[in-house]
Amino acid sequence: MAAKRVDPAANAAAFLDQDDIHEPAHDQNLWAARMKRDAAAKAIPEWEELRNIASQIKEHTLTHLDQYLEQFEANATKRGAKIYWARDAAEHNQHVWNILNERKISSIIKSKSMLQEECGMTQFLETRGITVTESDLGERIQQLDNQPPSHIVMPAIHKTPADIAKIFSKAIGTDPDNTDPHYLNEAMREDARKRFLQAGAGMTGANFAIAETGTFVVCTNEGNADIGAAVPRVHIASIGIEKILPKVTDLGIFIRLLSRSALGTLATQYTSHFSGPRKGGELHIIITDNGRSKRLGMDDFWHSLKCIRCGACMNTCPVYRRSGGLSYGATYSGPIGIILDPTFDESKYSELPYHSTLCGSCTDVCPVKIDISDQILRWRKVMAEKKYLPISRRLAFTAAGRIFERPTLFHGVETVASAALKITPHFLLYNRALNPWGRHRELPHFAKQTFREWFMQYKLKNQEDKQQP
Amino acid sequence: MKVALFIPCYIDAIYPEAGIATYELLQRFGVTVEYPPNQTCCGQPMANEGDQGNSAAAEKLFVQNFSGYDYIVGPAGSCVKHVKQHFDAIPQTDEVKAVRANTWELVEFLHDVLRVDALPWAYFRYKATLHNSCSSIRGLGIAQPSELMGPYFNKSEHLLRMVEGLELVPMDRPDECCGFGGTFCVTDEAVSAKMGLDKIDDYIRNEAEFIISPDMSCLMHQQGIARKAGIDLKFIHIAQVLNGGPF
Ligand code: SF4
Repeated sequence: MAAKRVDPAANAAAFLDQDDIHEPAHDQNLWAARMKRDAAAKAIPEWEELRNIASQIKEHTLTHLDQYLEQFEANATKRGAKIYWARDAAEHNQHVWNILNERKISSIIKSKSMLQEECGMTQFLETRGITVTESDLGERIQQLDNQPPSHIVMPAIHKTPADIAKIFSKAIGTDPDNTDPHYLNEAMREDARKRFLQAGAGMTGANFAIAETGTFVVCTNEGNADIGAAVPRVHIASIGIEKILPKVTDLGIFIRLLSRSALGTLATQYTSHFSGPRKGGELHIIITDNGRSKRLGMDDFWHSLKCIRCGACMNTCPVYRRSGGLSYGATYSGPIGIILDPTFDESKYSELPYHSTLCGSCTDVCPVKIDISDQILRWRKVMAEKKYLPISRRLAFTAAGRIFERPTLFHGVETVASAALKITPHFLLYNRALNPWGRHRELPHFAKQTFREWFMQYKLKNQEDKQQP
Repeated sequence: MKVALFIPCYIDAIYPEAGIATYELLQRFGVTVEYPPNQTCCGQPMANEGDQGNSAAAEKLFVQNFSGYDYIVGPAGSCVKHVKQHFDAIPQTDEVKAVRANTWELVEFLHDVLRVDALPWAYFRYKATLHNSCSSIRGLGIAQPSELMGPYFNKSEHLLRMVEGLELVPMDRPDECCGFGGTFCVTDEAVSAKMGLDKIDDYIRNEAEFIISPDMSCLMHQQGIARKAGIDLKFIHIAQVLNGGPF
């Protein structure tokens, strides 16, 4: 059965309508991140050059991916890691389950990984009796509230401190009226500590994997990935095939761009390099495709694989800021979500490319220069070609297409439309179903005389003037 | 220099004074301006929906109307951006390519081609702010986008600084999208309206009386919101200010 089509416009309307607190706070918090990003970028004279180099490294790597993946496998294996290959989410989850099951591990602690999110891994493991605890604070909040992350860097950014106090009071017995972030943070830290100590395995993702050294790098601000990897004996890392960088010297470019773009900070608090298992421990690396090689073959969309998941395009997106990430109904939200999600399910996500004004801010902010805005327009073409457009929209544009192609018809309609607007009763124009424009907006007043009419008169008058002696 | 005036459909029907101002302004610089009377629409509304089939006819007609001119000048960034950058529903013959390459947005044309350095007739005694549209900034490059790092420039602002009496006030989020977005403003009405309201809020906070823009489509949306909310802000096309009317 085909999945139900996500309606981001309706979801965003609900986000806006819930109250006067959530959306303004969401907008302002993310805008503040964008402002900090601007300041951080401005402090680096070679910022635009860095973006160019980063984009080139990614393009080079993506077009030589097989070779770099094999190199990474060989070098990581030499360092004592065990490498697994997963074609899709099912294979990825099966590998994780096998590793845990063979070792009789029943509880794991994990840090943020969008790939594991993509694979629906937590749910898969929970149905098999594994206790999964998110260690990133934002992710943990989302887990306790039974929601997916709404932002790839700030998973619970759509929530207010009051929302979080309520969730924590139910889950770990904090005072529901105390919304002090330090108090809440400390309470969660206490609760998480026990779980770190009990966990049989720690799971992480990776921001970068270096072919030359077989090392991978995890960037966090809470250090949670480090405890997860350091305390339990078993460390499992899920790495998407596009995370590869050829050389360790490439890394500096990306580290300089990542956190500045994400939050406007110089670097994440922790940039941890994992080079093989620690003494007495095990390191398992699951290199996962899950649709990436298919995307790599799409001429119009393969550039999306350059993404380093910084979230800058979400922070800057004026539509995302007013919508909240959950409105996109997908693993990835915001501009990057619009261009990634349809590669997983075109029908389900066919409305996402329309949830954009095509303002282009995402393209200019992206540290690896993905042409996000152009890709959104290209996805619209795909959706229109494949007839995913709602029928009402298609009919309207067929009619418009016919009118615009014939000048006499067009000028006729123009006059009729303005005549109709002058006489149509107010209630009709402000009817919610008939005319969404009118709910928040007054209709434009049509001019008494069009430019064309003015021009014809003007020309006539000029000719008459000239003819006079 | 043979210049064709490209007056997008909504300017023709709703904001003819912006068209008139453009026509008069170009003539002030000694340019011979023609107005091909059979023009309709550049096809942008359909193309933005991804609807290539229905854009093709409009694009074909546009080329018929505007072929053979040295310059095609339109007072609308988003329409010009469409012609220059997305006009691909029809085969790209030499004729099509020439029309696309010769199409200019008004501010660009004044700034880059005519190299306007004085507007002695222009007088506008108000506090106003400038709304450059996203298509004009990030599409056509009439100003440095705030996202990109590099030297500051703003061609609309440069021209407005030549207008006597005009006090330009800054905005908190100068190049934030206003939420018009073509069909977006109807299909995504709630988000679109909120973006527009936030823009209006920004204007009020900074005490602007007039909003000046090279793109009337954004202003149509913003004006609709301001009127509905009963807010007394005035919206005007940059050509009217640079030409000294009609107001
Ligand atoms: S698309 Fe670009 S801006 Fe958006 S998350 Fe990816 S790297 Fe960051």
